Amino acid sequence: MISRRDFLQVAMATTAIYGASSFGNWSRLSAQQSITQDDLLSFDTTGNVSLIHITDIHAQLVPVWFREPQINLGVGDAAGQPPHLTGADFLQRYGIEPNSSAQYALSYPDFAALAGEYGRMGGVDRIATVVNAIRADRPDALLLDGGDTWQGSLTALRTDGQDMVNVFNALRPDAMTAHWEFTLGIERVMDIVENHLEFPLLGANIFDVEWDEPAFEPFKMFERGGVQVAVIGQAFPYMPIANPGYMFPDLSFGVREARMAEVVQQARDAGAEAVVVLSHNGFDVDRKMAANVPGIDVILTGHTHDALPEPLLVGKTHLIASGSHGKFVSRLDLDVRDGEVKSVAHKLIPIFADVIAPDPQMSALVEEQRAPFADDLAEVLGKTDSLLYRRGNFNGTWDDLICQALLEEREADIALSPGFRWGASVLPGQDITREDLMNATAMSYPEAYRTEMTGEMLHTILEDVADNLFHPDPYYQQGGDMVRVGGMGYRIDIGKPQGSRITEMTVLTTGEAIDPARSYAVAGWASVNPEVEGPPIWDVVEAYIKREGTVSVAPNTSVVVDGA
Amino acid sequence: MQITRRDALTLGAGALTLAALPMPVFAATADVDAAIAEFTGGAEMGADGIILTAPEIAENGNTVPIEVSAPGAAAIMVLATGNPTPKVGTINFGPLAAAQFASTRIRLAGTQDVMAIARMQDGSFVQASAEVKVTIGGCGG
Repeated sequence: MISRRDFLQVAMATTAIYGASSFGNWSRLSAQQSITQDDLLSFDTTGNVSLIHITDIHAQLVPVWFREPQINLGVGDAAGQPPHLTGADFLQRYGIEPNSSAQYALSYPDFAALAGEYGRMGGVDRIATVVNAIRADRPDALLLDGGDTWQGSLTALRTDGQDMVNVFNALRPDAMTAHWEFTLGIERVMDIVENHLEFPLLGANIFDVEWDEPAFEPFKMFERGGVQVAVIGQAFPYMPIANPGYMFPDLSFGVREARMAEVVQQARDAGAEAVVVLSHNGFDVDRKMAANVPGIDVILTGHTHDALPEPLLVGKTHLIASGSHGKFVSRLDLDVRDGEVKSVAHKLIPIFADVIAPDPQMSALVEEQRAPFADDLAEVLGKTDSLLYRRGNFNGTWDDLICQALLEEREADIALSPGFRWGASVLPGQDITREDLMNATAMSYPEAYRTEMTGEMLHTILEDVADNLFHPDPYYQQGGDMVRVGGMGYRIDIGKPQGSRITEMTVLTTGEAIDPARSYAVAGWASVNPEVEGPPIWDVVEAYIKREGTVSVAPNTSVVVDGA
Repeated sequence: MQITRRDALTLGAGALTLAALPMPVFAATADVDAAIAEFTGGAEMGADGIILTAPEIAENGNTVPIEVSAPGAAAIMVLATGNPTPKVGTINFGPLAAAQFASTRIRLAGTQDVMAIARMQDGSFVQASAEVKVTIGGCGG
């Protein structure tokens, strides 16, 4: 019998080196070779500084399925540019063979079928193996975590992020920045930073509200390979707007471009020969920041969950996108000499869980975190006939399921589910465990509210969220997807200005137009307002799944998109 | 935890109260034009030599921090072009002022352009503006 490991095809084994002919050759090798761990890790160590980037793991300690988006539209200067290429456009741009492991890892077509072939991705014990291998080549490699690390699973929720702190302390990053971390509440964040975390949390754009003074260290200087490397942290800019501000009332964030320019200059003045920004801005925000702020050599991007097989160059700044949920680790080797970065070698390393051997020590530590919750994690709630996934600008089957549960369990006309980008997938025919449900819902403000809203208010909400996604200036984008809607369809023209994007709002059951003056019963979850009442969303969805036994999610055609 | 539909409905009663929904506002442009005319006397305005710093998206529309700097200015007028009363204030700098710089917090009625106009010591004018969005929030990433 052929094991899965033997069966896997080489696809991601090419090192992309700027200026060399192998650039662009990424993953053409779909042919008939088996993937081995050596293929995934092979890298001609070069230069004098190595960076290892991991971001947006969303508390996924063990390997997961994660389907990349089918719809991921860019606007303004980002229209049609990476990372806003999906499906065939993406495969063609990067020369990825059909049905290859690279297609499976980086794109959506035939996801369920390829998932069966190539297996789960991620797992911190596999990541540890990769990190250790890079450290064997370059012992002083800098490991940098872009944040969204302490939220997104049952175990992270139940331990207030302690499971991730324990595991990442063992992985030994040199620095991190943050987003969802702050939804643990500022007291817990400061408890972790001051009492548990063995590396700094950096955020040049985190300020004290009252005095408008920096609240966290903006950057840290590291001496590596005989040169000074500055790592600047940039936390998620729209923390108090996109997430509940009452959880960290004394902090202010923002893009703060002028502040970034000032910190880059400080780092240069302090002797930095390479400047790296560890960012949770989101890719398009970073693209603009790279163009506007001089002196940044590398931006390790995060937040928008994009995985790109090659760096994207903006002026002299290399933008690196390392995906999410532990699916990838990026390695960069920099040749830093005479006060500047002379060359960059890059590889997006896919963490195929069946190919990369787990690191035994890390496996044991992960198991130790999960053991107290083993029964809960494994409990089967029901089964799915459909692929359950979240990512996509307008809808995903996980949120279709959540909206259906809200409509039925809360007897609502219309359901709203936030456009989060985190949440692992479940394959058709699989059981839905409590762990699966929590991977799609675990967070600290889960109350499922039920309220009355007028048609006009619903329109205002959709317009507001759409502008957070499709404002032509990326500095006005918050990096989430569109709010998901159940029970109602609409038409959106993403090219229009706020207030005129959303039309044809329709009640799905009757086909009637939404009446601006009428009141509708609306159920939703994850409100950023304080004192929201309702059961946690996972209890609502669990009740629905248990009642259905086996869930099926029909293709969603209720959103019509223009202007793409 | 087992939740019956009745429990769920009870728990959810009176769930969400959305605060006043901020919408793009279009205040009397006549007021804005009049304020500008009064300050500049209708003079042409340049764009160099003045920097207005404001958040792209307000974290709290009731208290939005802004900063304006115009080296060599005699006075700087700040306008919230979308507020019912657009005039925020005018800062006058005496000859001994070490720096022509001011920072304050202003209240914005909704998404709008904030504008700063400086009258330089030579009597010329420069202006800068910045869009500040006031949003409902939520649904971020």
